[in-house]
Amino acid sequence: MADIPHDASASAPPAELGEMELYHPRSWWTKYVFSQDAKVIAIQYAVTAFGIGFVALVLSWLIRLQLGFPGTFNFISPEAYYQFITMHGMIMVVYLLTALFLGGFGNYLIPLMVGARDMVFPYANMLSYWIYLVAVLVLVASFFVPGGPTGAGWTLYPPQAIMSNTPGQQGGIILMLVSLALFIIGFTMGGLNYTVTVLQARTRGMTLMRMPLTVWGIFVATVMALLAFPALFVAAVMMLFDKLLGTSFFMPTLVEFGQQLSYGGGSPILFQHLFWFFGHPEVYIVALPAFGIVSDLIATHARRNIFGYRMMVWAIVIIGALSFIVWAHHMYVSGMNPYFGFFFATTTLIIAVPTAIKVYNWVLTLWRGDIHFTTPMLFALGFIVTFVNGGLSGLFLGNVVIDVPLSDTMFVVAHFHMVMGVAPIMVIFGAIYHWYPKVTGRMLSEGLGKFHFWVTFVGAYLIFFPMHYVGLTGAPRRYFETTDIAVVPDSAMALNAFISVMAFIVGFAQLVFIFNLVWSLKNGKHAGGNPWRATSLEWQTPKTPPEHGNWGKELPVVYRWAYDYSVPGAPEDFIAQNQPAVAGREAST
Amino acid sequence: MSETTTNRPQPTLEPGFRGAVRDWASDQRSFKTASWGKAMMWIFLVSDTFVFGSFLIGYMTARMSTTTPWPNPSEVFALEIAGAHVPLLLIAIMTFVLITSSGTMAMAVNFAYARDKVKTTVLLLITALFGATFVGMQAFEWTKLIEEGVRPWGNPFGAEQFGASFFMITGFHGTHVTIGVIFLLIMARKVWRGDFDTGRAGFFTARKGRYEMIEIMGLYWHFVDLVWVFIFAFFYLW
Repeated sequence: MADIPHDASASAPPAELGEMELYHPRSWWTKYVFSQDAKVIAIQYAVTAFGIGFVALVLSWLIRLQLGFPGTFNFISPEAYYQFITMHGMIMVVYLLTALFLGGFGNYLIPLMVGARDMVFPYANMLSYWIYLVAVLVLVASFFVPGGPTGAGWTLYPPQAIMSNTPGQQGGIILMLVSLALFIIGFTMGGLNYTVTVLQARTRGMTLMRMPLTVWGIFVATVMALLAFPALFVAAVMMLFDKLLGTSFFMPTLVEFGQQLSYGGGSPILFQHLFWFFGHPEVYIVALPAFGIVSDLIATHARRNIFGYRMMVWAIVIIGALSFIVWAHHMYVSGMNPYFGFFFATTTLIIAVPTAIKVYNWVLTLWRGDIHFTTPMLFALGFIVTFVNGGLSGLFLGNVVIDVPLSDTMFVVAHFHMVMGVAPIMVIFGAIYHWYPKVTGRMLSEGLGKFHFWVTFVGAYLIFFPMHYVGLTGAPRRYFETTDIAVVPDSAMALNAFISVMAFIVGFAQLVFIFNLVWSLKNGKHAGGNPWRATSLEWQTPKTPPEHGNWGKELPVVYRWAYDYSVPGAPEDFIAQNQPAVAGREAST
Repeated sequence: MSETTTNRPQPTLEPGFRGAVRDWASDQRSFKTASWGKAMMWIFLVSDTFVFGSFLIGYMTARMSTTTPWPNPSEVFALEIAGAHVPLLLIAIMTFVLITSSGTMAMAVNFAYARDKVKTTVLLLITALFGATFVGMQAFEWTKLIEEGVRPWGNPFGAEQFGASFFMITGFHGTHVTIGVIFLLIMARKVWRGDFDTGRAGFFTARKGRYEMIEIMGLYWHFVDLVWVFIFAFFYLW
């Protein structure tokens, strides 16, 4: 195409959009609590997500206590153990990662990065957060109802999720499903905002192909979420009816304790299809924002333009599209038609192609770059390593014949924690170290940050790498105890104890991060407007932190893509997106 | 919305595929003629399509995999009128009412752009009345079936998933119609009060009211109608 992204055209097209009508807060309540400013909503989302995420972290410790030292901690009953793994999984995937990437980073970065004053519908955006908060509270409430939270596993498979011998089947499962439905309603309000803001509210000169990859990742993930969450919503509603009204959508004829239940004729596989039609895109809803953010971190901290920008964009779009036709690779052992397995294995392995393109492009961006080993860069590098690692074990599990013996072992647990647990969390940490100066005006401590990185990165490997071996011995996942299982050798139990100790160390190291966040708020170095000397628009705001309306009087005008680093002949090693032509070589071309 | 001073959308820059490519390669807006509200409603409707799609696919799966035979809908939904046995009579009337309400909605949109307050208000109220009639007839249908012994967990006619799917899908659609009726009444009040002439801002926002909101309301209403056509085809006629 003729439109070269970094071409510094002298003039930008005339404005098509008038000034945005913003709601200006008149009181402390409307400024900080019921705020319609995307930046405040972003922080509310992030704090809530971290709060509930901390609960999930504690739950993971309890899980590891039991797995590492079976029989030692008597307060962990088998029922409680199932409740812990269920809530840990659900909170981490939906209420932490999804909410933080889309609600947190999406809200903060989209308007700033595309040059808008706010999201297009701030009121709906505000409602989105408050409904999310209610969803979180309903989830937390399930810990306090009789019977406790549901222990059905985070996939909530029927029929066991609503049968009487499953922990939390009295109230917990109901609150879980209600909470999910609320989350989806709240997310839809936010998601529509993110999508329309990216499509319809960019500033002058900001074409889609000039947007930073962060925005691309969040945008495509949001579109996917708007199409995938409906399936989960429907599954949740139908299971609620099965539980509350006695319908039999998912419940076949069952005999329990010698009694035939009143259910009959439903299909548990239908739930699995609905759940994974949501569940697999969900993996990429978490991964695509991470892909986008990490691209920007690498380009900025290696002072180099991203390699193959267009390919990166198309890879994001293609991964997003493909992720809708791979869901049944989670169901190889569910009793599907074998030809389904063939189809879904093929599509699953095809996804490796765009993903590999992205990994190569990150590495090629680093190649001969001026790499600054700042904390965000370290986390970005940590992401690449852990993501490649988790992706490679995904090749094993994507093939039907290898998956059948490995499925429901700890190998699967190790795989998905590596690829959608550790890897996105690495990006979240990197992104917080990167954008904290913009949010607060202060730098986070680099020393504490590097300590945090090394403990987290090395620790994550020491946790999840041995777990692959435990899984290869055949140790099943979700089992309360594996001590009496003949196939699981004693050495695997020793590894389990080691993993548990590491999990505690890594978990406690996160306190350093929390301390850093709080301490730097007052004591961090003053950051200035653009401490990383970055090009994208959020670093060019007139004030740091940006005020309500982001841009002061005039909206920025964009003349180039977001990756003009180390341009030969330019006076500085970066050219901001809103800088017109510069002296030197570029101006003459 | 803030973008344009006129309520009428501006023409596309260039027609056809090349024009679409050019719009998407340009800055500021990808859909050059769509306001924020309209774009948002369209994207919401796509998402809602997936909700109804999942409901219908779930229902079809259940219907195809039940072990007991499915009740014959044209028998179950028949009415006895003056001794005559008329299959699907009530459903036919309901469908007719809802489709008619789409027509009055379209007229309301037209008069809204002509800034004819009286006619717009009246047509919105008529549309809301048709919608309420539809929900009322649905309530009658539910009552009749419940009296005949149809429950979410079972019914005297055949597979128990029949009642479950029926109450779930028509209930979810009826909820959509009810929400639509409520917003039609709110819109009618806003038109009547002249909010869209004075540009009075909505509740707790700074957004000025515009007659385009009637068109956006119409998008939702037509969508709810369209969904009913699919429910009619897949649930009652199959």
